[in-house]
Amino acid sequence: MCGIVGLFLKDQSLAPQLGNMLTDMLITMTDRGPDSAGIAVYGEESGGKTKVTLQSPNPKDDFASLAEELGQHLGAVVSQTDNDTHTVLDVPAGQFEAARAALAEIRPSVRIMSRGEMLEIYKEVGLPKDVAARFDISSLSGTHGIGHTRMATESAVTTMGAHPFNTGPDQCLVHNGSLSNHNSLRRKLRREGVVIQTENDTEVGAAYLTWKMMNGASLGEALESSLEDLDGFFTFVVGTKDGFGVVRDPIACKPAVMAETDQYVAFGSEYRALVNLPGIEDARVWEPEPATVYFWSHNDSPTTTEKAA
Amino acid sequence: MKDMDDQIPRTLPIQSATFTNPINAEIRRAAATGIYDIRGGGAKRKVPHFDDLLFLGASVSRYPLEGYRERCDTSVTLGTRFAKKPIELDIPITIAGMSFGALSGPAKEALGRGASAAGTSTTTGDGGMTPEERGHSSKLVYQYLPSRYGMNPNDLRKADAIEIVVGQGAKPGGGGMLLGQKISDRVAEMRTLPKGIDQRSACRHPDWTGPDDLEIKILELREITDWQVPIYVKVGATRPYYDTALAVKAGADVVVMDGMQGGTAATQDVFIEHVGLPTLSCIRPAVQALQDLGVHREVQLVISGGIRTGADVAKALALGADAVAIGTAALVALGDNDPKWEAEYQKLGTTTGAYDDWHEGQDPAGITTQDPDLAARLNPVEAGRRLRNYLKVMTLEAQTIARACGHNHLHNLEPEDLCALTMEAAAMARVPLAGTSWYPGKEGF
Amino acid sequence: MQTYDLEANGLRGLNATLQSQSTETNQTSWEVVNPKGSHAIAVGLDAPIEVTVKGSTGYYCAGMNQQATVKVEGSVGPGVAENMMSGQVIVDGDASQYAGATGHGGLLVIKGNASSRCGISMKGIDIVVHGNIGHMSAFMAQAGNLVVCGDAGDALGDSLYEARLFVRGSVKSLGADCVEKEMRPEHLEILKDLLDRAGADASPEEFKRYGSARQLYNFDVDNAAAY
Repeated sequence: MCGIVGLFLKDQSLAPQLGNMLTDMLITMTDRGPDSAGIAVYGEESGGKTKVTLQSPNPKDDFASLAEELGQHLGAVVSQTDNDTHTVLDVPAGQFEAARAALAEIRPSVRIMSRGEMLEIYKEVGLPKDVAARFDISSLSGTHGIGHTRMATESAVTTMGAHPFNTGPDQCLVHNGSLSNHNSLRRKLRREGVVIQTENDTEVGAAYLTWKMMNGASLGEALESSLEDLDGFFTFVVGTKDGFGVVRDPIACKPAVMAETDQYVAFGSEYRALVNLPGIEDARVWEPEPATVYFWSHNDSPTTTEKAA
Repeated sequence: MKDMDDQIPRTLPIQSATFTNPINAEIRRAAATGIYDIRGGGAKRKVPHFDDLLFLGASVSRYPLEGYRERCDTSVTLGTRFAKKPIELDIPITIAGMSFGALSGPAKEALGRGASAAGTSTTTGDGGMTPEERGHSSKLVYQYLPSRYGMNPNDLRKADAIEIVVGQGAKPGGGGMLLGQKISDRVAEMRTLPKGIDQRSACRHPDWTGPDDLEIKILELREITDWQVPIYVKVGATRPYYDTALAVKAGADVVVMDGMQGGTAATQDVFIEHVGLPTLSCIRPAVQALQDLGVHREVQLVISGGIRTGADVAKALALGADAVAIGTAALVALGDNDPKWEAEYQKLGTTTGAYDDWHEGQDPAGITTQDPDLAARLNPVEAGRRLRNYLKVMTLEAQTIARACGHNHLHNLEPEDLCALTMEAAAMARVPLAGTSWYPGKEGF
Repeated sequence: MQTYDLEANGLRGLNATLQSQSTETNQTSWEVVNPKGSHAIAVGLDAPIEVTVKGSTGYYCAGMNQQATVKVEGSVGPGVAENMMSGQVIVDGDASQYAGATGHGGLLVIKGNASSRCGISMKGIDIVVHGNIGHMSAFMAQAGNLVVCGDAGDALGDSLYEARLFVRGSVKSLGADCVEKEMRPEHLEILKDLLDRAGADASPEEFKRYGSARQLYNFDVDNAAAY
């Protein structure tokens, strides 16, 4: 049960303000989710490298000379940018799995928040304003991003239980609602070899989409089939390297508001989240229909995995 | 050969433990009517209950208080978190929500009279607030239900507290179509429904879903009522830890937790008997949630569902509740299921103590009916006095126990004053099995 | 005209001020600026005053309204005019889900579109939507009139009681126990009056009327699939 925000820029001159705008939207949704907050930002592409965002409960020890040690393991140059409890590593393309294995050995207590060419995820327990401040989210630049404030229903209030959930390279998902078949689905997906780290219902939703895409579905197709296979109430906002998508369950009683101008497409659980966006007074504002997949992309000719449906 | 047959011992007929006579009768009834059984009352099956707990009175290690002489307070204040006017009750036993419609006007009046005389509150039900009820209740809690029958801001502002009903112990998650509950003229008018039809009701509120929306609904109700009165959130016990935590996060002043033995409202028998938690098992998780959020005693917990005696009251309070609510017990005190109506119960195909078709409007005791002749059987003044007496007795019983445990206030009862007679009760109440220091799930053993 | 800056002065002050206007007030005209999607704006009013909200609101704008006229120069969030008793609420833009939920009286006008569950469980309120309405509208609607100048979404009037539904455009699907009914002269009269009062440019003859088939009023096992 939560607040969701999302912002997809059409006008890249707004890119330096992305973090600022998302932070404002996120803080407005504090009432809907005071337990934890998180944000996923699609920033600069890292020149053929894979960005790996890590979190540690003990960053001082875990992050000390981490890039150096990991680089030695991988036999490559790894760079590192620390940000409070998180750090972003740039590892050579194609070496993410090797890096994951190495990290499990050299830094067993760090947790992987995200990986991708552009995606960075920052999330922690606490009020949205405090979470945004500790990572200085408002200074982040990017093309699009999504954020989440959490009122935990049945799973623990922890960093790992916070959204967004990274579901695959440059993919992430946030959720408002409550899934009612996530336990069975988690067991099934784990049998299929999908890594699911928490007892959180949303992570199962995210893992489900990843699993579908691993088996050849486009994001749009995966979202379509989620309408069949996920039981319960959900509004999902998903991010990909080039765009973002929205889907609501067929009952659609969790709130969702969207706004579109020449400059951006924005999503909020409530209109309140959108009120400070530039030109909102003249934006086209609407509510996404139930059981309907929406998708926006920066890519004029999206690949099959990017295309909606 | 014939002579031989007479000498062979016969196999006695054996009743199946699976296909019992009541089960077979129910199969035949379903086959004949095509409709599930609907009834009032909570779960009738035996579940672990307060009877499975005992108090450890004081002896040498602790000192008891002198009965009737040394002070043992019973007061409780509900709604201290945000409300400008919390409800101050003399006793921690309140009357649960039962609708006008389910109950007759005189029965509602009797509840108001009895509760007021005992210094406690009554609660409306699904169907709005009647003037009789408001007039006779010194403290009245107004239920805010999915149906919103009779809901209006004027009555809302007349209430001493507002109880947002998310669920009931008899049917957590339920609503649906309460077939067979016929609507009388006055009830139809209050509910804006055609008369004579079956009662249908929604399982979710019409204008919010989930705790994040609930927070905004609570804000609206507080704005409409000038932040004066407490706002309770009532849930049927199923996931007490999470539901309590979320009610607190949504801004409730009071959480009401209704176990599966609770319920005077009509619903499917299968729902009553197969959905929900025993009252005993939901208190500790709810209290744990309050403690984890640092609001135990700041957000009060009211427990209901099968509370019958002062011992039950004392046990619920010892496990961490701030107050209890009674429904069925109050109806019995008024005169429901009284043996003096046995002949009439027989005519209805039931017997004293088993009558639960409260929704059918034929209650011989004149309590759960809208029939004017039947309703006239209940004298609200006398019935109110009976309820007051019963509430007083329960309070005295609870005080007796509290004093024996050395407490000068019922609220000082604690889980360590209790032990359990059965493994089940020990596990659910998290108090040691009698004579041991162990309960199932306790670490270190 | 009194102006109240919601952002500067807060919600509590707004509602306390508006609620304290008695029926004999001479401060009959109020303007609320900077609503910024806030919830519970102008709720619980009970005086013949006129409140204009300059911008869009969040949940439950004009909730439980009595007597007052509340105009929103923008769009409204979920549950606008929920449980309204009397008076008028006029929305220039769109309405989110649950518009006019459980309303007992008064008139709610939405000049744009209304989302899902418009008029859910309505109990006597009149609702006129100039545009379209979403799915599950008039679910369990008990009394009153819902007028839709545009189209209706899925499952219109599911489990309907005695509310009247008038739709000019298409109906994606009817809910259980909701059927099209004959438009008689008295219905055209009701409709004309509502369209006039709502400033809707539509002719009553263009509408179809929907109501309860009353098949679910008393249980019949042969209808069990509809439950």
